[in-house]
Order: sequence, then C-alpha cells, then structure tokens
Amino acid sequence: MLKIENLKASIDNKEILKGLNLEVKPGEIHAIMGPNGTGKSTLANVITGRDVYEISDGSIQFTNEDLLELDPDERARLGIFLAFQYPVEIPGVTTTNFMKAAINERRRHQDKEPMKASEFLKMMKEKMKLVDIDQKFMSRSLNEGFSGGEKKRNEIFQMAMLEPKLAILDETDSGLDIDALKIVSNGVNQLRNKDNAFIIITHYQRLLDYIVPDFVHVMYDGRIVKSGDKELAKELEAKGYDWIKEEQAV
Amino acid sequence: MSKDDIILEEATSGEYKYGFTTNIEQDIAEIGLNEDVVRFISAKKNEPQWLLDYRLKAFAIWQKMDEPNWAHVKYSKPDFQRISYYASSKEKKKLNSLDEADPELLRTYEKLGIPIEEQKMLAGVAVDFVMDSESVFTSFKKQLAEVGIIFMSISEAVQEHPELVKKFMGTVIPPRDNFYAALNSAVFSDGSFVYIPKGVRCPMELSTYFRINAENTGQFERTLIIAEEDSYVSYLEGCTAPQRDENQLHAAIVELIAMDRAEIKYSTVQNWYPGDKNGKGGIFNFVTKRGLCQGVSSKISWTQVETGSAVTWKYPSCILKGDHSIGEFYSVAVTNNYQQADTGTKMIHIGKNTRSRIVSKGISAGHSENSYRGLVQINKTAENAYNFSQCDSMLMGETCGAHTFPYLEIKNKTAKVEHEATTSKIGEDQLFYCNQRGLGDEEAVHLIVNGFCKEVFKELPMEFAVEAQKLLEISLEGSVG
Ligand SMILES: Nc1ncnc2c1ncn2[C@@H]1O[C@H](COP(=O)(O)OP(=O)(O)OP(=O)(O)O)[C@@H](O)[C@H]1O
Ligand SMILES: [Mg+2]
Repeated sequence: MLKIENLKASIDNKEILKGLNLEVKPGEIHAIMGPNGTGKSTLANVITGRDVYEISDGSIQFTNEDLLELDPDERARLGIFLAFQYPVEIPGVTTTNFMKAAINERRRHQDKEPMKASEFLKMMKEKMKLVDIDQKFMSRSLNEGFSGGEKKRNEIFQMAMLEPKLAILDETDSGLDIDALKIVSNGVNQLRNKDNAFIIITHYQRLLDYIVPDFVHVMYDGRIVKSGDKELAKELEAKGYDWIKEEQAV
Repeated sequence: MSKDDIILEEATSGEYKYGFTTNIEQDIAEIGLNEDVVRFISAKKNEPQWLLDYRLKAFAIWQKMDEPNWAHVKYSKPDFQRISYYASSKEKKKLNSLDEADPELLRTYEKLGIPIEEQKMLAGVAVDFVMDSESVFTSFKKQLAEVGIIFMSISEAVQEHPELVKKFMGTVIPPRDNFYAALNSAVFSDGSFVYIPKGVRCPMELSTYFRINAENTGQFERTLIIAEEDSYVSYLEGCTAPQRDENQLHAAIVELIAMDRAEIKYSTVQNWYPGDKNGKGGIFNFVTKRGLCQGVSSKISWTQVETGSAVTWKYPSCILKGDHSIGEFYSVAVTNNYQQADTGTKMIHIGKNTRSRIVSKGISAGHSENSYRGLVQINKTAENAYNFSQCDSMLMGETCGAHTFPYLEIKNKTAKVEHEATTSKIGEDQLFYCNQRGLGDEEAVHLIVNGFCKEVFKELPMEFAVEAQKLLEISLEGSVG
C-alpha cells in the first residue's frame, strides 16, 4: 500500500529525513517511536504533502501512485489521513461544516452529488458514538477553544468520518486522559480492517497495549534504525533510547 | 513568492463575472449639471413645486460645498460636468406578471443567477426592480396594500402619497449633510419608498435589485423607509453592474425612521463593478445611509456585504434618539486588486439606555486598501449608553492594506464602551489542514473566509446569505469552473 524508499527531505537546507525506508501493507498497524526531534512529524508531513520541505531524493508509492507528484488535497482524496500532533483552529467553521465540505469535495471529484443532509446526519451520529464525542463540539468552531484532549478526539472523529485507507496518528495519545485513551483506541480498533492501515507515532508504549501494532520502528536521526514487534516498544519503555544511540554511534 | 502567496494570488484574482450590458432604450438628460438640468429632472417626473424647490435649494447648497477628502482613498475626482444626471428606461408601463417584462431584462437577471422562475415561487419576496433610475417593475404590491403597507418607487410615492414624502424626506439626512448628500438631493432619480403602518409586521422581506445600466450615467438613488409604532420590516438591497471602462459615480441616500418599538432591518449585498485587475474602471460608490431611532425601544440594524466598487465611501449610521433604542451594524467588506474601501458606521447615542453593536469584518487582497472608520458618540443626555465594537481584518498576501480608525466621543460618564480589534492572515497551517482533509486551495480559502465572516452572514436573511457567500467567493476566486 505504502512504500517509502531512501527518502531524504530537508527544511531550510537542514536535512531532517536522511534516507528513510518503510513499507506498510493493507491491514497492518505500524508504530513509530523515537526521541524528540528525530523527524517523526516531518515524515508524516512529507507523506501527506506539506509543501515546506525540499525532497532531495527517494520515492513514496501509495497504491501504485507516485505520491510526490500529487498535491496534498489529491493525496488526501486518495485516502491518506493525518491526525495532527497540533490540530489547527479555524474560527467560524464548525466541525459539521468542515466535514460536510470535506466529504462533498471528495464526492465532487468522483462526479457524485453532494451527500444528502439526512444521510450525512446519520453518519455523523454513528461516528460521534464511535469516538464518544459530544454533539456540542459539532457546532463549535473547529478546534477553537478545544482542550488538548478534545482536539485529539476531534481528529479521530474526522478520521472515522473520512474512512481513510491509510491513517497516520501523530502523537494522538499525548494529552489524553486514561478514559479518552481507551475510547480513541477503541475507535481505531473498530475502524481497523483488512484493507486499511495505520501508522501510529507515539512516545508511550501504553497506547500499544490498546492498539496492538504488527511492527514497531525506532526512528533516530532521520532514519528508521530498528524494527521489531510490540516487544520492542516494551524494551524501549524499560531502557530508553541510549542503547539505540550507542548502537548508531558505533 | 511562497506557495501560500501563490495560492492566495490565484484565489483572489477572479475577473468580474457580472460584466455585461443590457440593451434597453434610455432617455438621457444632457451631459453636465446646472439649474436647468435640475428643472428638467423634476419636470420629467411631473413633480410638485415643493419638490422642485427642495431640489433647487439642495443644488445651491451643493455648489458651495467641496468634495470631502478625509477618507483613506485615492482616486481622480469625477468631473461633475461630464456626467449625465438622468436616464430612465423607456419601458414605462407597469407589469402584472413577469411574462410582460422585457425579455432582455429577464436575461439580465438570469445571468445574475436570480432565476425568474424561482423568484415567482419565492413567495414572500416582493421585488421592486430598479433598472437604472426608473422603477420598472413592482410586484406583490397588492398583497402588501391589503395590510396597509406602501412599497413603491419614490417617484410614484411623490405622486400618490406626497404628504408622507414631504413630511419625512430629508429629515434624517438633510441636503447640507455632506457633499454627496447635497448632490443626491438635487438630482436624485428614483429609489424605493416603504411605509409600514402602526402595529403591522411586514409579512415578507422587501427586496430591490439595483442595477446601473446606462453608459456614463451618474446614479442617484433615494430610499426612504418609515416604520410606524410597533411595526417591523426587513428590507433587502442588492446590486450588480455591467462591466465598463469609464468610472461611474453612485451617490445614494437611504433614510430610515423607526417610531416607538418599531424595528427596521436593512440588508445590502453590494457587488458593483470594481474595475479590472489593473484598477481601471469601476464604480465610485459614495453613499449616505442613516437611520433614526426616533421612538422609544426602537431598533435599526444595518447589515452589509460589500464586494464591489472601485472606491467605496459608506457609513450606514444610527441616531439613537428614543430611550432604550438599539442600533446595530454588521459589515463584511471585501477588497481585491486595486479596490479601495473606506467604510464603517456612526452610532450617535442621545436617548437613555441606548445600546449599539458594531461587527466589522474587512478582507483585503491584491493591492487593495480596506479601512474601517467608526464613530461612537455618547451625548450628555445618553445615560447608561452601551456600545460594543469588534473590528477584524484579514489580509491575503503582502501587497494589500487594512486600517482601522475608531473614534470615540464620550460626554456622559455612565457610558460603557467596549472595543476589540484583530488582524489575521490565512496561515499556511490552516491551508494545509484543509488540504489534508481533501479540500483544494480555493475551497479552503472560501471555507476560511466564510468562517471569518460568519457573525455577519448569520444576520442576513437566508436566501441573501447564500447569495452573499456566492458573491464573496466570486470576488475572491481565481479560476473556478
Ligand atoms: N520549519 C523548520 N525550520 C527548521 N527546522 C525545523 C522546522 N520544522 C522542523 N524542524 C526541525 O526538524 C527536526 C524534526 O522535527 P519533527 O517535528 O519531525 O520531530 P519529531 O520527531 O516529530 O519530534 P517530537 O517527538 O518532539 O514531536 C527538529 O529538529 C525540528 O527542530
Ligand atoms: Mg512530532
């Protein structure tokens, strides 16, 4: 589904991704861990097409499309979703209207009529239930004045609405209380099926107790330097990153 | 140029879409302005002596005045001797149904996206088309007459209800008020007249579509709305104009009068030709709009969406004379390319416990200049007056300007005045967030801009709000479709 080869990306002439490889197949969950500033969010941004990076080398294939050729909105409409580490506020635009615009824009590109209001409302209700989010957030300005945890939950709600093929969760667990963590994980588990895939960026193995990954990767200095199964996350939790850094230094 | 600048430039360089001319025969006054022209206009309209006298007096006042130049706009002053002051469509006969209307006229409205079919079905919307200066068409008049509402062109009202026109015209905006008001009072062509009797709630939105049509014709609309005790009316004014090269002058007057507990809601969507990408051509829009809250607990709200004109100079205001009266001003002003707008409001508090609310949203793109100018004046007599003002500006790109000029004059210590102002830009992060959900750059800009204007749009009647959004998108769009 997703194949990244030798990806190099820089910002302001500073190389952040330094030859990264990653392959994700349908039905898989990949966790990416790693110290602060090693380029995890950068990777998410480059996959989704944020324009502030210079791609100097490598390739990203997604369902046989060359992603690097596409605009961010085109990539999104192919079914790539990013739950942002820092969701953006859009004053005056409600979550409801935002989702309506997003869904109808997809439909327009498929030459479909806008979704019927009744159908849309039904879908909203279903997905609200899935992530246990209150109706009142739907009519508030998007992310404006939301608490950190509320923003994250709203991201997962949007993910549920848009039903992506590949969802990238960038530290969605940071800032969530235990109950919210369970609800969000539960939402992900329910949305999970054999055709979609998840990349979960996290600092805490705790999340991986709820969302069990098929692979755990350690990112360090712009590369994936170690991959394993969920036991690797436990090892990292116990030992920290020093041993990885030492391995790399050798 | 960074990516978001390019996006913004693309998204904000839409050519004016409503530029077309209708071929309807015109009856045009000789070019230039002197006493004879004033007499000609008055005679053409069969006006009574008192009105001719009113015009002549205004003309004498105007001759002694200078064009104001305090606004934050730059333009070459119109040559008042090179403008024709009267154009009336030859189509004079009144129509009973749309089928009788000139097909050319119907086509014009189709192009504007106001399907005639729909208009007929839009039960509850009486439309008084003002084609150029002359009222061509009035509908729903009978239905309104049944509840005693008078809704007709002001020329007709002069003939049919001279006592009302004489009593109220010029009481809110006297000819000497300002240069353009004096000019209008001397040469006004036509406009709407509305009278809502005591205790009547107008059963429908009253609506007028203004359209400038004759080449090189100054436009001097005059509107007068009177709401008697305990009455209510919502009035919609919308306009578009054909594309042309020469600057056109528009200097309208709108006067509103609300008696005890009466409420007038006046909404405008203004989309006159703003000039081309290089700032050539476009309408000069110098309007005087003022409402008088004469009675206790009366209320006047101005809501405006301004997307057009090359130069706009417009301050819909409220005089809060009656105790407990309320004045409101909600405005969205969009400027693009080389447009210049200096717009805002004046809230003059005179009565006790009077309240006013100002919400202004300015959006500037291209090389445009967008200024908010507002005056809140609390007079000695205005015990416990309250004003809230909020002025937000949004800048698109680096070459435009936004300015805020709030003036406060407080002569009573019990007054409470709150003012908030913000300036923002559409951020790369906001655009990317929208892109990531599948929205293209243009859709993203529309969504963000519409969100920014929401507080004003929600004040507009439903159909008008939709139209306003469409206009906003058109004036900010690049290459949709
Ligand atoms: N606009 C920018 N200009 C310069 N450096 C940048 C910019 N954006 C990111 N960086 C740098 O790129 C590096 C990688 O940042 P990134 O956000 O991808 O890290 P991360 O792995 O997600 O970290 P965290 O775990 O703290 O979220 C950091 O050193 C960061 O300072
Ligand atoms: Mg990060």
